[in-house]
Amino acid sequence: MQLIINGATHETDVDEDMPLLWLLRDELQMTGTKFGCGRGLCGACTIHLDGRPVRACLTPASAARGKAVTTIEGLSKNSDHPLQQAWIKHNVPQCGYCQSGQLMSAAALLQDNPNPTDSEIDRAMTGNLCRCGTYPRIKAAIKSAGQFVNAAGGNEDA
Amino acid sequence: MPDSSKQIRNVSRRSFLKLTGLAAGGLVLGSALPGWQRPWASPTGGNSELNLFISIAPDDTVSIICHRSEMGQGIRTGLPQVVADELEADWQKVQVVQGLGDKRYGSQNTDGSRSIRRFYDTMRRMGASARTMLENAAAQQWQVPAGECKATSHRVVHTPTGRSFRFGELAAPAASQPVPGDKDLQLKGSDDFRYIGKPVNTVDTPAMVTGAADFGQDVSIDNMLIASIERAPVLGSSIKKLDDSAARKVRGVVAIERLDGGAEPPLFHPLSGVAVLATNTWTALKARRKLQIDWSDSDHLGHNSDAYLEKLQQRVREPGKTITDHGDVQKALASASRDHEAVYTVPYLAHATMEPPSATAMTTDSSCEIWACVQDPQSVQQHVGNALGLEPEQVRVNVTLLGGGFGRKSKPDFVIEAALLSRKMKRPVKVVWSREDDIRHDYYHAASAEYYRAGLDSDGRVTGWLQRAAFPSIGGTFSAGVDHPAGFELDLGFADLPFAVDNHRSETQQAEYHARIGWLRSVANIQNAFGRCSFADELAHAAGKPADRFLLELIGPDRLVDPSQGDYKYGNYGEPLEKFPLDTGRLKEVLRRTAARADLTLRGDQQSGNGEGWGIAVHRSFLSYVGIATRVRVQDNRLEIMEMHAVADVGLAVNPDRVKSQMEGSMIFGMSLALLGEIRMEDGAVSNSNFHDYQLLRMHQSPPLEVELVDSQEAPAGVGEPGVPPVAPSIANAVFAATGKRYRELPLKKHLSIG
Ligand code: FES
Ligand code: FES
Repeated sequence: MQLIINGATHETDVDEDMPLLWLLRDELQMTGTKFGCGRGLCGACTIHLDGRPVRACLTPASAARGKAVTTIEGLSKNSDHPLQQAWIKHNVPQCGYCQSGQLMSAAALLQDNPNPTDSEIDRAMTGNLCRCGTYPRIKAAIKSAGQFVNAAGGNEDA
Repeated sequence: MPDSSKQIRNVSRRSFLKLTGLAAGGLVLGSALPGWQRPWASPTGGNSELNLFISIAPDDTVSIICHRSEMGQGIRTGLPQVVADELEADWQKVQVVQGLGDKRYGSQNTDGSRSIRRFYDTMRRMGASARTMLENAAAQQWQVPAGECKATSHRVVHTPTGRSFRFGELAAPAASQPVPGDKDLQLKGSDDFRYIGKPVNTVDTPAMVTGAADFGQDVSIDNMLIASIERAPVLGSSIKKLDDSAARKVRGVVAIERLDGGAEPPLFHPLSGVAVLATNTWTALKARRKLQIDWSDSDHLGHNSDAYLEKLQQRVREPGKTITDHGDVQKALASASRDHEAVYTVPYLAHATMEPPSATAMTTDSSCEIWACVQDPQSVQQHVGNALGLEPEQVRVNVTLLGGGFGRKSKPDFVIEAALLSRKMKRPVKVVWSREDDIRHDYYHAASAEYYRAGLDSDGRVTGWLQRAAFPSIGGTFSAGVDHPAGFELDLGFADLPFAVDNHRSETQQAEYHARIGWLRSVANIQNAFGRCSFADELAHAAGKPADRFLLELIGPDRLVDPSQGDYKYGNYGEPLEKFPLDTGRLKEVLRRTAARADLTLRGDQQSGNGEGWGIAVHRSFLSYVGIATRVRVQDNRLEIMEMHAVADVGLAVNPDRVKSQMEGSMIFGMSLALLGEIRMEDGAVSNSNFHDYQLLRMHQSPPLEVELVDSQEAPAGVGEPGVPPVAPSIANAVFAATGKRYRELPLKKHLSIG
């Protein structure tokens, strides 16, 4: 199967039903996408398929055929997506484990809506759990990043 | 981007030298831990009995070892920050190196909120020693008195002339300077702190926002197999019959292996189980579902958590075992003008770290190397060693970042699984726990019932206080026959009553274990503070006084309390009371500030049960004092937390931003357990399985949070845990203010829907 991930083409030989999560983590050693629940309940595995956020644990590899897959590793070329910068400025992460998924959900939100309200942020982010409790900082960081997303334009590698 | 050179790297002492470029000559400074012993210095790190802590390379790089585990509390920033400050190092030139498991570090067990409090003084002296040696080396080069040479921002300056050396230029000559004795060490004054007390950015953040941070689940070793294990659903049962024929047929399955559970007590033994080993995780998970296993009976088969909590509630109403007894409680209660009693319950809770446990092992006949997310690498060395018949020194433990710990990852059961499987397979094995494994096979926070009774005089003052606790002790996980709460659990917010009540008694009641019980963020403080702080609020209401005024009276005059009496010796979180007293003055100050953030006169409509209200709770734990004020709204039986405030006196805050983030996290952790958290067991097995039925607080339920730190120069105390205990009672107290209804049973979702 041929897949385009973060702009690069990958040839893989795995069962078609293997979720993208495991294809990324085990076969391609792209471990930025995290395993938290395996059932679409935590958001730790969030990636983009043609720019839309999906849970990699529930998305079979075959569903990505012919689509652009973007993972946290491809969110920006130089680790400088406005959200990544805002995350650092607000010192968001604690353990860090949920943060790839948080960033990918937030990036999809800002692409549609650079100035989300509190409840729009809640709605977009409610599927992403953070056991360490970084929600208030995530929210603050999303708000501060929104204004830069327009200027930066679509800065995904895909 | 800030430099990302501070990425995690595990090193032994030898590679530490290599990594830090010291083959080319530089200063290495080490010391024995724990406590403070005069450090040693060498250009080569010769003294192997002591630990490397700082090295300064000719290129100016300062490397600092962090020997504690990072799980979100920021210790990989906090400890090096202290060293760098005393050293006068430039933070941009500091790299943090993760130390391997090694008993020469002293305890590396990262729990009990003690990393900063235990190592603050030592780290400062290490930094000051290195600084002094650099200054002395410069003095010798210039042939001037040492007093004229001053380290500042990675250089040593000759003050009268202004000429200077870079640290790197002095690294080699400094190595041959004598190590300063204790009396020659000048620690900085707090006014001169450059990093201590400042919000230095977390060293691991850049890697965390790019997906580059490596956790236990992310480890990958050549030729590695992945194991997914089906474990006995009930503690103590084992494999009676196994049919693995269907599982074996799945493409990619390499082997299926049995793991034998140990005898009880459970200790850190792996549970009985069947491991499916495959070339990738998906295959292992998929094939595991095809296993057909019959499990043997177990003594715990009849365990039902609802019935168990019922039983504990009955027991705590009966006289129990006396732990402390002051004055004459019976007489005080008999002669009281009003008498009030209540029973509180908290269910079993799971840690649910965002990263499920995972460990990778490579075992040979004479060694084992581990890569894992563990809070206590030395415990891993010891227990993996025991399981394999190796000495602890033959087990090399690389500590990855931890995707959350909260106490779960100080238990090495999952690491032993990997080590044993690797020995069987003769190749590296990574054990991946799924979320279901994590929820069903945790070391649970104990289910509990607590009884409180108090008498009030005609002025509404408490004259007698009786309390009784029943919960399965953590001690039962480690030794047979433990069936009462243990002293170390009563230390945690129960027998350490900070109230000015002449007559008070603490008792325990029987509670046998039926599951592995472990410590979870703030441990027994969870149920103890829920009971104590809820009951105090009930008494305030009974006395017809505002909660803050009532509590100030109840705590009484400023004084230092020593809770020890007779056989009961108060543990004080392992610290002397002289250095970390139980100080009612500090508790009251936190109480006043907490109350100032609330409107305790706000009351909802007690008829309809609708409206808003504030609740407060203050509690000392892990030597820190934290107050929580919460505003809630209840409408048509739907509870919404509107805002929450924490006031914390943690002594000196080394990194105030990380202290604040720990308080924010504690509030959210506390809300999860107060509102939603409940593990249920039926027929001995956990009936929850994943985040749909073991719910955690989500963003839309998370209110605005504020944190106020009390400015303090007292010794640094615990930060990671003390924010949790007062959260649940502050919410229950707020719900009472809003509705007139008192809920004594957690989680609140049993009574209210959670907005
Ligand atoms: S791992 Fe995919 S949503 Fe949790
Ligand atoms: S930062 Fe630890 S789970 Fe979110």
